Amino acid sequence: MPEIIAYRRPFPGTQPDYLFPAYASTLKRAPTQPLVMLPHTLTELTGPVFGYDDLQATDHDLTKQHPADPIGERIIVSGRVLDENGRPVPHTLVEIWQANAAGRYPHRADQHAAPTDPNFTGAGRTLTDAHGHYRFVSIRPGEYPWRNHYNAWRPAHIHFSLFGSAFATRLVTQMYFPGDPLLPYDPMFNCVPDERARNRLISTLDWETTIPEIALAYRFDIILRGPNETPMENRK
Amino acid sequence: MSLQASTSQTVGPYLHIGLSWLITENLAPAGVAGERLSIEGLVIDGDGKPINDALVEIWQANAAGKYAHPQDRQAKPVDPGFRGFGRSATDDQGRFRFHTIKPGRLPGPGGKLQAPHLAVNLFMRGQLKQLVSRIYFPGEPANAEDPVLALVPAERRETLIAKPLAGQSAALEWNVILQGRDETVFFDC
Ligand SMILES: [Fe+3]
Repeated sequence: MPEIIAYRRPFPGTQPDYLFPAYASTLKRAPTQPLVMLPHTLTELTGPVFGYDDLQATDHDLTKQHPADPIGERIIVSGRVLDENGRPVPHTLVEIWQANAAGRYPHRADQHAAPTDPNFTGAGRTLTDAHGHYRFVSIRPGEYPWRNHYNAWRPAHIHFSLFGSAFATRLVTQMYFPGDPLLPYDPMFNCVPDERARNRLISTLDWETTIPEIALAYRFDIILRGPNETPMENRK
Repeated sequence: MSLQASTSQTVGPYLHIGLSWLITENLAPAGVAGERLSIEGLVIDGDGKPINDALVEIWQANAAGKYAHPQDRQAKPVDPGFRGFGRSATDDQGRFRFHTIKPGRLPGPGGKLQAPHLAVNLFMRGQLKQLVSRIYFPGEPANAEDPVLALVPAERRETLIAKPLAGQSAALEWNVILQGRDETVFFDC
């Protein structure tokens, strides 16, 4: 592997700002001073490495973590983790969490008057394989209300956390479902001006991966930052 | 071929469900070489209130200044018991904590050595992407020649340097102030 000099800066309009007033909680939590541009040193070009020892057998199957089946529509969520150069990101940790089918999290801060499900915790993790593929089995999460503005509802979504190959590639994002009528009203989904970037957060119905009689499937590819240049390409 | 990196989204208020399994507040179990120390601190919002739903992650080299990662090709020893990754969620008082070892120096831009430091990623509801910062060590002569600290306006550098807690050199405090006069320096990574 050629030595990495730096990871790419974001394409304009594809990453949110810290201050985004439509998402009210940003007002007291966004920095007010200018950020300091950080050169990518060995610190940013390296990052934690995880392995199968960190995982348990049912971590990727959220329907198998309790004695009985969870309530809801069983789904398969899979895809690839690639970098901006189209290279797969192998053996990288993917963590997910989500509400249950009723739109409720088993969390003390969630006061939504919807039932919890004793057979669904809503957390999963896995490692991508050598080709960057990952796969989860879960149930389709419900929409849920939040207090950001009057009658605010989050579209159905699954939270994703990825490490990639370096400190600089760390990404936390959310996956949405195709055709969700709540998407146009969601400040989080609409946090960036680039429409194509937003739409890449929407999974696609994935017939290839469905299991007849058992589960629909959704495909969600995740793109992590890629190296900008290599010493070879840099040589004039 | 050029793809575009996926858009970051907030961890939201229920991050603990998915992320608590990997809480790692003690990075250096017995047998790991190096000078042991603890670092704790508060995460404070723009109203001066502690934030009880933040997640702090740190990434660091071992005592020899070597990262447990294939991209680090320095001829320095790895420490098999040391991954270099920490994750702590703030408690009801808004406090996080780590027990670790002081990392060694390692190369930086321009052929200069960096001072010992921890890289920080901070996640919370109300942030659409993580905040990136660094923790440096008090009384460390190398801070004066650190090429990253040198990029920070002099009057704000102190926000990146941990303070001895109650006069103990092995117990450090590093608070994160999100807004205002003593706002912590955050980086565009
Ligand atoms: Fe959520």
